[in-house]
Amino acid sequence: MIRSEILREIAPILHDNLVVCNIGLPSQELHMIDDNAKNFYMLGTMGLSSSIGLGLALSQDKTVISIDGDGSVLTNLGTLPTIANNVADNFILLIIDNGSYGSTGDQPTYAGKKTKLEAVAKACGCENVVVCQDVDTGKTLQAAIDSKQMTIIVSKCDSGNIKLPVITMDPVVIRDRFMKAVAS
Amino acid sequence: MDISKKIVDDLVANDVSFITTVPCKQLAGVIEEVEARPEIFHIPSNKEDEGMGLCAGAFMGGKRPAIIMQNTAIGVTINTLATLTQYYRMPLPMIISYRGELREPVACQVEMAVHTKALLNQMLIPTYHFHKESDADELDAILKYTFMCNKPVAILTDASFWGGYGDQ
Repeated sequence: MIRSEILREIAPILHDNLVVCNIGLPSQELHMIDDNAKNFYMLGTMGLSSSIGLGLALSQDKTVISIDGDGSVLTNLGTLPTIANNVADNFILLIIDNGSYGSTGDQPTYAGKKTKLEAVAKACGCENVVVCQDVDTGKTLQAAIDSKQMTIIVSKCDSGNIKLPVITMDPVVIRDRFMKAVAS
Repeated sequence: MDISKKIVDDLVANDVSFITTVPCKQLAGVIEEVEARPEIFHIPSNKEDEGMGLCAGAFMGGKRPAIIMQNTAIGVTINTLATLTQYYRMPLPMIISYRGELREPVACQVEMAVHTKALLNQMLIPTYHFHKESDADELDAILKYTFMCNKPVAILTDASFWGGYGDQ
């Protein structure tokens, strides 16, 4: 499976939760599959999906799922010790690991070579790190939500993209409706 | 009154309850005070752009955030300030130690100091410079201004403000 197929499959699970979605194609795909107020789309700032999600999870009680990519986590590797040392049991970091920088033309990442993000996360002190195959992402994500424990999921999938338009929503509109959904 | 305590008192009085910090010798007293206050959730970050991401999330979760960092961080965070904090119009008080100003012992710090105000100016970030201890009297008003206009706002605190670096 490629990332867009995973997102389509887990969209019903995401729908009931606050989602912070990574820049570029992941946000565009989620926007196309199930645009709703509980989605926060990143239009810029590669690497900060996990940081925004953690800050949000630490500041209110609803479950927050940050959708990130292996390339974006590598961009902001310092996030993993911060997550490990500031446990928010309403936070799930879902790393869709296709071993490539999808939005920029599928250049290979180091996570697709020797580097294992699950081992990095564990070494940083993250206690619940689950590796799954693309087809098992839905049930792994649901189990993480049900466990009510902060969880890092590394979902291994194929690289590849679909063609779709950019998000033209105004960022302040995205932020405002998201904040209303958070507060509701 | 201890100036670090006064700064944190003003933050608490303005309902700032989520603070991320990247350490600095000059700001050590403020960071210690932030850590000690039960009203504040203190989350050290490894890099300042990461810290701004945490603050963005906290703001959307209903908390008032702040970041404490060195001026060298302006070089690290331009993209985050432009594409996250400013683009989504979020408030962020940035309490910044202004290294490389008068009384600075480390020459390399001057290299970013000479760019600091120019970069902040280029980013259209409201900037306040605390040089004398009495300048901190404005902090309460600066914080109210920041959360009124939903912008990142820089508060540069130089070595003279902190009383120098001691014996050298």
